[in-house]
Order: sequence, then C-alpha cells, then structure tokens
Amino acid sequence: MLTEKTMEKLRILAESAKYDVSCSSSGTVRSGKKGMVGNTVGGVGICHSFADDGRCISLLKVMLTNYCMYDCAYCINRRTNDIKRATLSVSELEEITMEFYRRNYIEGLFLSSGVVRNPDYTMERLTAIVRDLRTVHRFNGYIHLKTIPGASQELLQEAGRYADRMSINIEIPKEESLKALAPEKDHKSIFLPMSQIQQGVLENKEDRRKFRHAPRFVPAGQSTQMIVGATKESDKDILLMSNAMYQQPTMRRVYYSGYVSVNTYDPRLPVLKQPPLVRENRLYQADWLMRFYHFKVDEIVDDAHTHLDLDVDPKLGWALRHPEFFPIDINSASYEDILRVPGIGVKSAVLIVNSRRFNRITSYHLKKMGVVMKKAKYFITCGELTSVFSQPIIGINELRPERLRPLLLSKAQQKRAAAEQQLTLNFEE
Amino acid sequence: MIVYVFDNTLNGLLTAVFDSFFLKQQPEFLLAEGEQLPLFADEPHRVVTDVEKSERVWKGLEKHLSKDGLHMITISWLSEDRALNQPLFNFICKVFRLKVKELERNASDPDVLEVRNTCRRVLHEQLRMKQFIRFQKAKDGTYLAVVSPDHNVVPLIIGHFQDRFNDQPWLIYDAHRHYGYYYDGAAAPIRITFEDEATVPFDLSNGKMNDDILSENDQLFQELWRTYFKAICIKERMNPKKQLSDMPRRYWKYMTEKNANL
Repeated sequence: MLTEKTMEKLRILAESAKYDVSCSSSGTVRSGKKGMVGNTVGGVGICHSFADDGRCISLLKVMLTNYCMYDCAYCINRRTNDIKRATLSVSELEEITMEFYRRNYIEGLFLSSGVVRNPDYTMERLTAIVRDLRTVHRFNGYIHLKTIPGASQELLQEAGRYADRMSINIEIPKEESLKALAPEKDHKSIFLPMSQIQQGVLENKEDRRKFRHAPRFVPAGQSTQMIVGATKESDKDILLMSNAMYQQPTMRRVYYSGYVSVNTYDPRLPVLKQPPLVRENRLYQADWLMRFYHFKVDEIVDDAHTHLDLDVDPKLGWALRHPEFFPIDINSASYEDILRVPGIGVKSAVLIVNSRRFNRITSYHLKKMGVVMKKAKYFITCGELTSVFSQPIIGINELRPERLRPLLLSKAQQKRAAAEQQLTLNFEE
Repeated sequence: MIVYVFDNTLNGLLTAVFDSFFLKQQPEFLLAEGEQLPLFADEPHRVVTDVEKSERVWKGLEKHLSKDGLHMITISWLSEDRALNQPLFNFICKVFRLKVKELERNASDPDVLEVRNTCRRVLHEQLRMKQFIRFQKAKDGTYLAVVSPDHNVVPLIIGHFQDRFNDQPWLIYDAHRHYGYYYDGAAAPIRITFEDEATVPFDLSNGKMNDDILSENDQLFQELWRTYFKAICIKERMNPKKQLSDMPRRYWKYMTEKNANL
C-alpha cells in the first residue's frame, strides 16, 4: 500500500535518476494484446509532458535504489556523497508504474539502480521487476532497462526478453579519463555487456526468421550516454566514439549530457557555473548530421577542427569550409546534395524533391515550403536566383566564407563578436 | 463573378466540385453559408448537398490520388478551419483538371501546400492529445479525460486509446464541441453527447471529477505525479521557453501536473 513515505521516496529516487538524459520511447511497434495493458507506438514515441527545464517526460525515469557501492566522481549517487538515500519496494514501484500508465501520464518505465552488494545481485532485482511487470501485471508498454556493468550474461539474457531497450552508459569516451574519475570501472565492463546484448539481438533475429513466434529480445535496441564537459575530451573524441557506436547494428541513440556540477568539492572535476548547454546542443546537431543528413564523422570534425564551432551549427560550419561544393541547383541536384544546404532540413528537402517533378522551383516556393532563405540564399541557385539569366547572385563564392560568416550569426552573437574586436581604451594611466 | 455557397460539410464541398464541372464554371469564391458575400457579387449559386454526387467525386479522387492524398483531404477537413474551404476546393478541382497522378505531392502549388499544412497542423494536435490527455479514475472504474482541442481531433485518437487501454472503460470528452467517445472495455467506442451538460459529474472548465465519484486513491496518484514532475526537473537547466513551445499553455488546464489548486 502506498503512503506519504512513498511520495518522499519517489522524489528522492527521481532526483537521483534525472541526470540520465535518455528519454525516448521509440524503436518498436507493438500493438495492444487481449488481457494485457498497453502498446508501443514506434515512430518518435510519445512525450507525455515537458518539465520546467524543457526536457521531455516520456517514461517514468526512476531508480530502484540510490545506494551505490561505487564512487564515480561525476555521479550524484556516489558512495561518499551525503544525500538522502532510499529504496522503493518492488510492489510500490510496480503499482506506481501501472497506475501512472493507466492515467496516461507515462509511456512506460525507465528503470535504473545504484549497485548494491554486487552487480549480479542488483541486476537480478531489476530483472525480477521487469519480469513481474510483464507476467503478473500484464504490462505491455515500454520498458527501458539500465544494464549494470559486470552483471552476468545469463541475467542479461533473461532481462532482454522483457525489456524493449537496454542501455549502458559510456559516460567518458577515453578510458584513462574514466579510470581517473571512476576507479572501479573500465571500458571492458561497459563494452562487454553491450556486445552481449547485441549478440542476443542478432541471434534473436535469426531465430525469428525460422520461428515467427519466438519471443523478441530487446526489440528497440540499445542506447548510451556520454557526459560533456566533465573531462578534457574534445568534441572529436566524443563524436568518433558515437560514430563507432552507430556502426553497431543495434545501437539506436547516443545521448550527450552537459555536465552539471553536482560534486563541486572533487578536485578532479571542473567547477562550472552553467552546464555547457551550447556545446551539448552542437553535439546533438552533429549527431543528427551523421544519422539523418548523410554526413561522415570526419567531415564534421578533424584534426584541424577538434572542437565544434559554438557560434555556428556544424552544418553551416561545414558549408563555410567547403565553398567549392556550392552553389547547389535546387532543380537538379540530388537529395543528398540538397540536404547539405544550410537552411534546408529533411522535411523541406523531401518537399523539394517531390515538387520539382511538377514544375520548376523558385525562391518563392522555397520560402513557402519552410526553407530558411536567410541562410539558404547564399548556397543555392533556383529558378530566378541564377547568375546566368538575370543579375548575378551574391553567393558564398562571390562573398567568400570569411565575409559571409558574420552575416549569418545571430544578433546576440554579432554583438559579442563586435565587443571582442573593439579595442578598449585604458584611461587608468 | 461566380460565387458558390455550400453548407460547410465535406459532402457539400465535393458536391460543389461536381456542380462546377457540370455547369462548366470556375467559381472565384466558395463560401460557407452565413459568410459575407464579396462586393459586386451576383446572386450566388447555392450548392445543394447530394451524397450521390459527392460520392462520384470521391471515386474520381481515388483514381488520381494516393492513399496519403485522400487522407490529406479527410484529415485537413477535421481542422474546422473556414480558411481551408477555398484551397481545398481549388485543390480538388485541379486534380481533375490537370489529370496528373499524385498531385498532393506538389508542394510548389499554393493550394496543395495550404491543404498539406492544415493536415499537418491537425496531425500535430492529435499527437498532442495522445501526449497530454490525463485520465482520472472514478469509483466505478471508468477513466475520464476532458479535452478541448483547437481542431476536431478526438475521432483520430480513439483508436490509439482503445488499443492501449483495451481492458479499462474510458470516456474522452471534448468540452469545446460537446461530444465524446465512451469505451466500455470490450465493444467498439461509441460517440456520446450529454443532454444537459450542467449535470455531468465533472467540471468542464478544468476536467476535474467531482470528489464524490473520484476513486479512493486517485488524489494520491495525482499528487505522486506532481511530485515526480517537480523532482525530475534539473534546476541548473531551467528552460521555460522550450517547455512552452512543446507544451503550449492552452493545454495546461486539463493536465494533472499543471492544474493543481494551490
């Protein structure tokens, strides 16, 4: 039975879980079944609410317990931290999940836990809960389960039969930095379960080809997360790691979490006034370029550009470095090339490719379709915007990238750039 | 100047298309009944809605448009936006006049684009209903949710809720359009209206169920949800602008986490 105490526990455990940024409920379509509650919709999933920090709430993101035997410097739940600790009982957690789900508050459960006693013990308790939810409570909604590093393969095999997605966080892309901050962890303890889950998924795929009704194994694949700004890793290190992750057939999402200074007393960690939100945003944009815009990782970052430009987004950054690629003729260029134009997204690129079968596309059409012409006009030719038939257009090649760049910055950025260039007179002497 | 007036139904609009081809006319204006006639308009042609004619037009559309194109028409119609009438009429006429396949994909045509965008707006709102509907449980086990969407999207979402909550009876009520769908936990959901809205046991302005029929621990779960909602926010990352753009204020009045009586 739930009491006032439960409320306090839920508060503590939600606050402990909130720094894990993974949120999506996507990746698998499963329609409702007789005698079971719930379905999953696939696509981009459903976000049920948006918290005051603007992040979506899709799953009930909660920890089973925030007691932990590890002492990872970046984590709020580290052993040496003096925070309130709590443990939800199995029945409490199951009841909250079911009742929230039935009221359409959530899309499912995101269950994580601090490591108590040993990894196997913890993983076993997590597995017991998801098994209960599926078999006793007949829950058919989304379940995202965190994998405990170091748990045995048998437990992962069982948990994977009930969970939709399993994830294990890399947190720090370079092993030496990870070792410095989390002495009890190493890359092997992270990548081993990852590959075990992947193997399970691939074997399951094979099985389902032979037996159509074989139970599914982690149908929504895996995800992972990296902390940004807690260690000295460059954007190049981070993106190379995500790129390697995306080469794995079951890795669906890599999340980036701007480091929030939770443990300010630890000398190994930087003290940040604000989490590096702009940098985090640029990393997500780069991530999108790799996943939806046919960009290769070495086009976004290389040895000369180890960090992403904070003033312009990575796609515009690439365009400014490669003026020779432009202008793109909207009426004849391939879909992939159109995608590379700053100001044109996936949606408008599809509209353009579909519409140009009917008639020539002009800049008026582009504007109506939602293309950001303020940016795109320097990179394209179309209908009347051509240097052959009418007056010459002023594009990136006429202006040169270094003169174009200031034009594309936002007002606030322009002001800041101007302030940096302005010489200050020093009257103190 | 040729002006058509129709009864503001989809069948009426399709009949207007039929009339326009039958009379070999291209009306400049298609108006719903009660709308102001433009200046210097002659006596308008009144379209008499005829299901037979509208079905013939629809059959014709099926030949020229893909499934997506047909959906675009029916879904955009649910917007209940009068500004859609003219572009939709023009679009359907163009389908027959130009006789090209899949005209709905031509976003460079202003009429197609307008219908397309309206369709997108409606679909966006039906997604928001799936996101933001909040049920309360009554003593008899029925789950109730009140909504008042801008567009008439409730028919689009009942399939989703029937699939998801197939073992619990629920009622989703549109307070703005005064009708709802009731699902008894087994049979297909049925459309219902209340004869006297003043006597319903819930408040239409904020969707709250009267205390005497609210199930015993529903308050507790609502409180739990509010607690969770507050706890999950990271104070260092406050971003009310993003919250408002993803969850506009007009939906808040029916949402448990945002309409507490404090």
